[in-house]
Amino acid sequence: MSRIHITTTVNGETAEFLTEPRETLLDVLRNQLGLTGSKEGCGTGDCGACSVLLDGVLVSSCLVLGVEAQGKTVETIEGMATDGALHPLQRQFIEHAALQCGFCTPGILVAAKALLAQNDNPTETEIRYWLAGNLCRCTGYDKIVRAVQDAAAEMRGAA
Amino acid sequence: MRYHAVESFDEAVRISASATGITRFLAGGTDVLVQLRAGSIQPDDIIDIKHVPGVKDITRRADGGWDIGAAVSGIELGAHAELCRDWPGVVEGMRLVGSTQVQGRATLTGNLCNGSPAADSVPGLMAAGATVSVTGPDGARVVAVADIPKSPGKTNLKPGEVITRVHLPPRGENGGDCYLRFIPRTEMDIAVVGCAVSLRVSGDMITEATVALGAVAPTVVLVPAAGAALVGSALDDAALEALVTAARAACRPISDRRGTVEFRIEVAGVLARRAASIAYARAKGETA
Repeated sequence: MSRIHITTTVNGETAEFLTEPRETLLDVLRNQLGLTGSKEGCGTGDCGACSVLLDGVLVSSCLVLGVEAQGKTVETIEGMATDGALHPLQRQFIEHAALQCGFCTPGILVAAKALLAQNDNPTETEIRYWLAGNLCRCTGYDKIVRAVQDAAAEMRGAA
Repeated sequence: MRYHAVESFDEAVRISASATGITRFLAGGTDVLVQLRAGSIQPDDIIDIKHVPGVKDITRRADGGWDIGAAVSGIELGAHAELCRDWPGVVEGMRLVGSTQVQGRATLTGNLCNGSPAADSVPGLMAAGATVSVTGPDGARVVAVADIPKSPGKTNLKPGEVITRVHLPPRGENGGDCYLRFIPRTEMDIAVVGCAVSLRVSGDMITEATVALGAVAPTVVLVPAAGAALVGSALDDAALEALVTAARAACRPISDRRGTVEFRIEVAGVLARRAASIAYARAKGETA
């Protein structure tokens, strides 16, 4: 099977990889680029654990082929903290204990960041609908929703 | 498996026409990749149409209708304020498909070509009288959306054919549409029953009405008798009762883990009544 050479931008840096056409972007991120923060929960676009931004749009990286990333920008959980400083969402998740096993957390953080980028003051309902495709079996979601609300408040204050 | 990022639909058709194995066209990929990963299809050729110029465009035609590119995502559809004003029912059907993540990729065309009887965007398209442009080895043609679904997972598209655009007719004056579905939770589920209604009023009187039902037959179906039940009425109780009776009479559902035959028939009537009421209020300009 022939492998295809892909050049893309991941978290602001140029990344190159060789991929077989049937490999997903999630496979490539984890197995070739060593970015194991994005998780495979279901592999069918139901759980959101593999959430990344592709050209700024929130997608499930298990439902994107690696070859589709050619010339695009990819943002993953690994790019969320800057210079060792946690993003307000990350800090608030710790503050609220909005995680337990942590498997869903990278996907939820990436999805929540995408929400706050377009709505800096979402209601609880808006947060719950936006994150409906991010499944968490530990927390019951309440702490996640409150962490997102407090991070939003913090980011509004800082802006 | 070979991956082709084509620059034109002609190129896509050339590849699909000469392919000897299994071919899949790739737009949003939210069904194709799931089937690929599950092993339910093993394509030899994947033809990615997202690099074809215009596939992301939403354009109002001179006649007031709309052309929607084959790769326009649910989010892009929902972000188009003018289209949402004209065809809120079409847009709300598409916006119910999957999660935020799925909405970033999933398309009307893909939802239609996947052939599910429960496809949330298809009843709204059918009720609107939408058509699609199809191109293939034997040339191009325009087909009614209602003529695309054949059976669960199957369409009437011929081998090598691909849908290039969706066309919505001009909404015109005093029109309104609506799509409702029943699922046992609030998000992230597949319709147990779906119903779309599109209608036009003159004053209080309904002058045109089209009703489509999803998940109650092997394909999404138009129900002409249900539309006829509304025409000439002011959505009074008698018209609504006739609508409910006609909608239920059109149901040929199966019982599965999502719902029984009896439940689906019952709910089809309920949703038809509610969708008609919302479409009516929209047509009269009382609600958005």
